[in-house]
Amino acid sequence: MSRALVPSETLANALGANELARELEARGYEVVRSGGFGLAWLEPMLVIDGQAYGPVRDLDALEEVALGPVDEIPAIARQRRIVFDRCGRGDPMDYDPAWLLDQLQRSPREIIAEIRASGLRGRGGAGFPAHIKWQTVHDTPAPRKYIVVNADEGDSGTFADRLIMEGDPFRLIEGMLLAGHATGADKGIVYLRSEYPLAAQIFAQAIAKARELGLLENFVMELFIGAGAYICGEETSLLESLEGKRGEVRTKPPVPAVAGLFRQPTLVHNVISLCSVPGILKMSGAAYAEIGVGLSTGSMTFQLAGNIQRGGLYELPFGLSIRELVEDWGGGTRSGRPFGAVQVGGPLGAYLFEEDLDTPLTYEATAQLGAGIGHGGLVVFDDTMDRMQQAHFAFAFCAHESCGKCTPCRIGAVRGKETVEALAAGEYTEDKIAVITELCDVMEEASLCQMGGMTPIPVRSALGIGK
Amino acid sequence: MGNDSAIHELVSACVGQTGAPITALRKIMAAHGHITDGHVGIVADVFNLSRADVRGIISFYSDFSTTPRGRRHIRICQAEACQAAGCRGLTREVSEALGLGLGETSEDLAVSLEGVYCLGLCASGPSAMVNERIIAHATCEDLLP
Repeated sequence: MSRALVPSETLANALGANELARELEARGYEVVRSGGFGLAWLEPMLVIDGQAYGPVRDLDALEEVALGPVDEIPAIARQRRIVFDRCGRGDPMDYDPAWLLDQLQRSPREIIAEIRASGLRGRGGAGFPAHIKWQTVHDTPAPRKYIVVNADEGDSGTFADRLIMEGDPFRLIEGMLLAGHATGADKGIVYLRSEYPLAAQIFAQAIAKARELGLLENFVMELFIGAGAYICGEETSLLESLEGKRGEVRTKPPVPAVAGLFRQPTLVHNVISLCSVPGILKMSGAAYAEIGVGLSTGSMTFQLAGNIQRGGLYELPFGLSIRELVEDWGGGTRSGRPFGAVQVGGPLGAYLFEEDLDTPLTYEATAQLGAGIGHGGLVVFDDTMDRMQQAHFAFAFCAHESCGKCTPCRIGAVRGKETVEALAAGEYTEDKIAVITELCDVMEEASLCQMGGMTPIPVRSALGIGK
Repeated sequence: MGNDSAIHELVSACVGQTGAPITALRKIMAAHGHITDGHVGIVADVFNLSRADVRGIISFYSDFSTTPRGRRHIRICQAEACQAAGCRGLTREVSEALGLGLGETSEDLAVSLEGVYCLGLCASGPSAMVNERIIAHATCEDLLP
């Protein structure tokens, strides 16, 4: 009997994967609901006895969309899939815990040393060296310690957390259990955004399965669903939310690694940061550090989105240029119009233009442009993009999502939005640019967190005004 | 009254969970569609919070609503990746066809229209949701009743 892998993943499902699965079953195939490979333009992509087909609209016309053996699809074969190595290859619940149980026999000191050697930095946006957080949580004495996973993936243009939680939830469970073992935390909570109902369902199922496998005898694992607030992706806001309150950010210090959830030492990590850990331990920290460039070590799960021909998730070593990603991997704009701009690193990231495209995608090189790599999302626009409109949106989004705790962000975003409106209406142009510049300076210098502190980045870059 | 006791039960079941008041409010939204003054009182009593605290939580999170939404609740992504793929035009079209702006509900409660920031289908925009159904490459016809 032929075996068909049919992705059960939000995008593939939206494009008809559920119906295809039912039809294949009716035709006598052994259907396995797997994760997605992340190649958005090929979804729904089926793998039947190792042969890939996509995008499949009609099962009677499979040959028209034949892609050959799945491992020979260049857009998969040329990736460096460390986090996503298992994703798409089978039933995510079909999990063998032998490797994990073996790793959990290693000493915390040994595991933290591997993380240090790997040079892993946070994949959520801040790019902070992971081992420092691990060591701090490990070294801080407390009655209880927590692992908190930030799966509040609110950046437009990003979907890596969703794909891994839907396609290989055990990768995250491995990362959480290893982090718990290494830091001495015995409770882990995943903060998942409410816009990802399928990820919630699959992850809850994986927790139940992990319990069945005996993996949770000394570790409590919980899934918490957010309630629609971008700011809760900021770690202290997320912790407030987990305590059942408004997600208003906290002043730092103390950092969460010292006093986080319920004021206990808490390791807060993005999903992909934790999901990078098993791969590091498999190949050794030193080997992982060989991948990438300089202090940007390892692989990054880049997500190519917006007006793009071949959008999707591409896990690649740091260091390729934005142009390679947008043109070679992405194939340029979907509309067929000339390239306009690319926003790198989410709503708080910079708009970059033709002259910036040869910048390598590393933490350092993007920082030099005043940008930031964020969670690895790149949103491509064609030449119809209106720069004024995007600057307006950056302020408007900040005004909508600001937690309201600090004045620069709460008031600055609203005034900024109004000023861009006046500028767009042609009122006192030079004067308005001066006001916007001053607002940006104040927000950058005086906001409590990155929401207000980084909103000036898309504003300035869209309007072409420097610091 | 019978309804309120069911809500009371729903809310009480959350006691002891991480972030319980938020989970309780989500359950009320799922069961009742919106949160009434009575529900605010129940949540406040069960978690020993002031009513102002509970209203503070409700106003902070966009999933919570104190007014009923339409039976057909349409949410269109307004974030950058969908902007690049034409969500502004789509929103205008849908909005004109329904005679509703973002955040508005028709008087007969048949339809409501709302913006959302990111559904995670960013390479296949514009994306939208109609009730629980998620739609990629959304068009006006996909969304209208």
